Amino acid sequence: MATTYYTEDHEWLRVEGDVATVGITDYAQEQLGDIVFIELPETGKSLSKGDTAVVVESVKAASDVYAPVNGEVTEANEALSSEPALVNSAAAGDGWLWKMKLSDTSQLEGLMDEAAYNAHIG
Amino acid sequence: MTTAPFAFTDRHIGPGDDDVRAMLARIGVASVDELIDQAVPKSIRLDRALALPAPASEAEALAELSVTMSRNIVMKSFIGAGYHGVQVPPVIQRNMFENPAWYTAYTPYQAEISQGRLEMLFNFQTLVSELTGLPVASASLLDEATAAAEAVGIAMRHHRDKRNKIALAGAPLPQTLDVLHTRAEPLDIVIDGDAIDDDTAALLVSWPDANGVYGDHKGAIEKAKAAGVLVIFVSDPLSLTVTSAPASLGADIAVGSMQRFGVPMGFGGPHAAYCAVSEKLTRLMPGRLVGQSVDAHGRPGFRLALQTREQHIRRDKATSNICTAQALLANMATAYAIWHGPSGLKAIATRIHRLANGLAEGLTAAGVKVLGASRFDTVTAEVKGKAAAIAAEAEKGGRLLRVIDADHVGVAFDETSTEADLEAIAALFGAKAAAAASDSLPGKPRGGEFLTQPAFHENRSETDMMRYLRRLADKDLALDRAMIPLGSCTMKLNAAAEMMPVSWHNIANLHPFAPKAHTLGFRDMIAELESWLAEITGFDAVTLQPNAGSQGEYAGLLAIRGYHKSRGEGHRNICLIPSSAHGTNPASAAMAGMSVVVVRCTDDGNIDIDDLKAKAGQHGANLAALMFTYPSTHGVFEEGAKDICAIVHEHGGQVYFDGANLNALVGLARPGDIGADVCHMNLHKTFCIPHGGGGPGVGPIGVKSHLAPHLPGHVAEGSAHAVSAAPFGSASILPITWMYIRMMGPSLKKATEIAILSANYLVARLGNHFSVLYRGRGGRVAHECILDTRVLKDRSGITVDDIAKRLIDYGFHAPTMSFPVAGTLMVEPTESEPKAEVDRLCEALIAIADEAARVEKGEWPADDNPLVNAPHTAAEVLAGEWTHPYSRMEAAYPAENADSIVKYWPPVSRIDNVAGDRNLICSCPPVSEYSDAAE
Repeated sequence: MATTYYTEDHEWLRVEGDVATVGITDYAQEQLGDIVFIELPETGKSLSKGDTAVVVESVKAASDVYAPVNGEVTEANEALSSEPALVNSAAAGDGWLWKMKLSDTSQLEGLMDEAAYNAHIG
Repeated sequence: MTTAPFAFTDRHIGPGDDDVRAMLARIGVASVDELIDQAVPKSIRLDRALALPAPASEAEALAELSVTMSRNIVMKSFIGAGYHGVQVPPVIQRNMFENPAWYTAYTPYQAEISQGRLEMLFNFQTLVSELTGLPVASASLLDEATAAAEAVGIAMRHHRDKRNKIALAGAPLPQTLDVLHTRAEPLDIVIDGDAIDDDTAALLVSWPDANGVYGDHKGAIEKAKAAGVLVIFVSDPLSLTVTSAPASLGADIAVGSMQRFGVPMGFGGPHAAYCAVSEKLTRLMPGRLVGQSVDAHGRPGFRLALQTREQHIRRDKATSNICTAQALLANMATAYAIWHGPSGLKAIATRIHRLANGLAEGLTAAGVKVLGASRFDTVTAEVKGKAAAIAAEAEKGGRLLRVIDADHVGVAFDETSTEADLEAIAALFGAKAAAAASDSLPGKPRGGEFLTQPAFHENRSETDMMRYLRRLADKDLALDRAMIPLGSCTMKLNAAAEMMPVSWHNIANLHPFAPKAHTLGFRDMIAELESWLAEITGFDAVTLQPNAGSQGEYAGLLAIRGYHKSRGEGHRNICLIPSSAHGTNPASAAMAGMSVVVVRCTDDGNIDIDDLKAKAGQHGANLAALMFTYPSTHGVFEEGAKDICAIVHEHGGQVYFDGANLNALVGLARPGDIGADVCHMNLHKTFCIPHGGGGPGVGPIGVKSHLAPHLPGHVAEGSAHAVSAAPFGSASILPITWMYIRMMGPSLKKATEIAILSANYLVARLGNHFSVLYRGRGGRVAHECILDTRVLKDRSGITVDDIAKRLIDYGFHAPTMSFPVAGTLMVEPTESEPKAEVDRLCEALIAIADEAARVEKGEWPADDNPLVNAPHTAAEVLAGEWTHPYSRMEAAYPAENADSIVKYWPPVSRIDNVAGDRNLICSCPPVSEYSDAAE
């Protein structure tokens, strides 16, 4: 049973066991506009909460996506290399960015659920 | 005393006395003085006239400069070392170099009105890509030395800053090595002989080396490849027409100067440098890249691609602080390649090579030792203590050789060299030129065809070439057609009298390393210009070396860094930068090894003094500098400028003053008096050097005396730590600024006053139609203003892009979009625009606001109206079928006075930015690929 968490920086994490799939929210992709390039992390890279994991570029902006929790990258969404627009069309689905093995699941406690996130973006 | 019926001031400044009265009345003030008193804080005002010579007329100033420059001695240069004599094709000289349609255009950010120069820059990229064999080439860097430093930057980023050494294969030119050291030191990059190990980020191959010799670097390149080290080639592009492409020799990156492609030496610049990379490095490449995309009707069109790499978006994380390019010079070099075509270029290169080999073989036969066995154009002879004497003898015959040291003389041939030169130079060594010299180029001759693209074959006759250059120019909107109201860019007049000296023989054809005794006139002009700029800005010393504003920022921050170090405070590395700053500020700070701390701005756009105090205090022990722009990037004279400087000084920091907006200060206030320690001036904004369609720029800095010892030097002047390849940067365009100041004198103040008047007049006219985002005291703006167009988006869905593109239908270049505030327009009229033209712009903007209102009211659908469909090409407006809910006339001739204007027709409709960035095409494929695709 997967649980989905949200961050204030407009990321979502779908956690199954100790593996989280991370992406940006539909709200975030809408703010960025048409995405043209995504710089993905290398598999095996260890991330601490707050590290820049991914850079998402639209025509006019480049935004860092931060690691929401500590862990090690287990997979990056290679489909985005040829089709970055997936983040626009399916931010919460096929447009996921990377998967990571969590090193400290207690960090999830500080994150928001869907209702809280919706309130956050007002 | 002036002999002209009108002072130059009246030619430079657009509004006449009646216009000024009308503008004042509209604003509601009695006099210009009253307006200036309201706009500019009293605490910073200069209470005297600038101490400059009284204004000269155009004829007087030209005559005076001509006398000064007559002290220059122009000899035929064989010095080489990165600068070569050229024959500028007259068709290019007249139709491009001296043509305001080319040199007064701005950087092609607004793609639809820039297709001509974008096409030529795209050709430039194709040319570079063909010469180097590397797939991705940018549209020019500033000079060869900084291009080499940028290449090192690519390698560092590629290795994510985990490697810190650069290995050398062959000695780089001395000025290149010096700039590499300047740039490496603050970032702890070590330039370390030829050893390659796990910490080596790049191998820099000088191809050929400083003595003109091609070394054998095969082993080093193989070793580098095996260790994951990037291989950088620094190559003469003309040599690449007859030798193997660097990519085939293992290069990941290639850089070099395009100067000898028909751009005069000009005592050091400006010239374009090229940079090409392998595909994997595309996004790490600094500077501008032209990409091909499609317009709204699916036709191909060009645009600047991948701008997210650049400083205006990435700030301190950008690939580099580089902001400008050398568009005009890159375009000249491309036109030269088009004019000669591949066979002509090969013929020029082959002839030069034969001359060089003729000398080398002749010297060898006469028992004079010549360095190396393989060369292109340069012969370095070993002459045991006789170097100076041989060079002196050559001078008697009107030729300059390169004295490398007491024992070595260099002779570099170029397209202006003759057989007679060869004979005479050989004789200096007691030798005779070899009759039929063989080749000594490295490896196999260049195989196969290159530059097969039609553009490099279609313009061999002068009629074709003249019309090609005209056709491209006609696609673009430059200052010779209409106002370019770009905020922060100061698109003022580039007067013809200011431009003329650039083409003078004794300015254009001087080698930057010519003996001092040959360049006295130039040096006098430079000294005078430095003293004038020091007086205007209130500083003690000025250097003219930086060849862009961003280079000035970098040189200024290095001076601050050097100063702290000299006092044993080298740990000071925090640079405070307001959030409203231009992106080059944080990018330059990062390159100078500083950490950026952002200072907040208040809601009214000023620096938040409390936040500044807090951050200056918090970082006090490590505070290096504050960088701030004044008047602010919001176009407002902040009240607290002096206090801001005092706070920073209190905590041991230095104040870097970004002079981007100097056009609002000249004659009214001086950065040095306000409290700045260093300030850069954009000569291409405030001081009339044209923008060239995206460069050249000149960004000198002024400093207080305590920073003077830390200004950049140059190896050719007996010092070091240069930031540019040439001692005086882009020297050949400095006379433009000299002429401007000489013809304006203390009346420069009037130019500033009218620039401020014009901006406030614009606010008075537009204030009821748009909200003006920031104003200073008394509701006044400085020399520019921000129109908040975001309300239109909220009400009607019409975006700032729609407004900008619709302005094209009205015959205007758009104001600055989304800087410094997203979704807004920043307008700067400058003092040069006549009132009638400012009125025409105001009327266009008001009409566009009305059009947006019609969309809001539902008269036009949100997805089919003249704004979202803008700009309209002739082909669409004249098409058989017209399905839009507005008329063809409304589409193409929206202004009421349509009959009175010569219509500018955009060559393309709106360019698709997203498609261009998702599918990058940055050079024209060779003809063979078309046939492959057809098969």
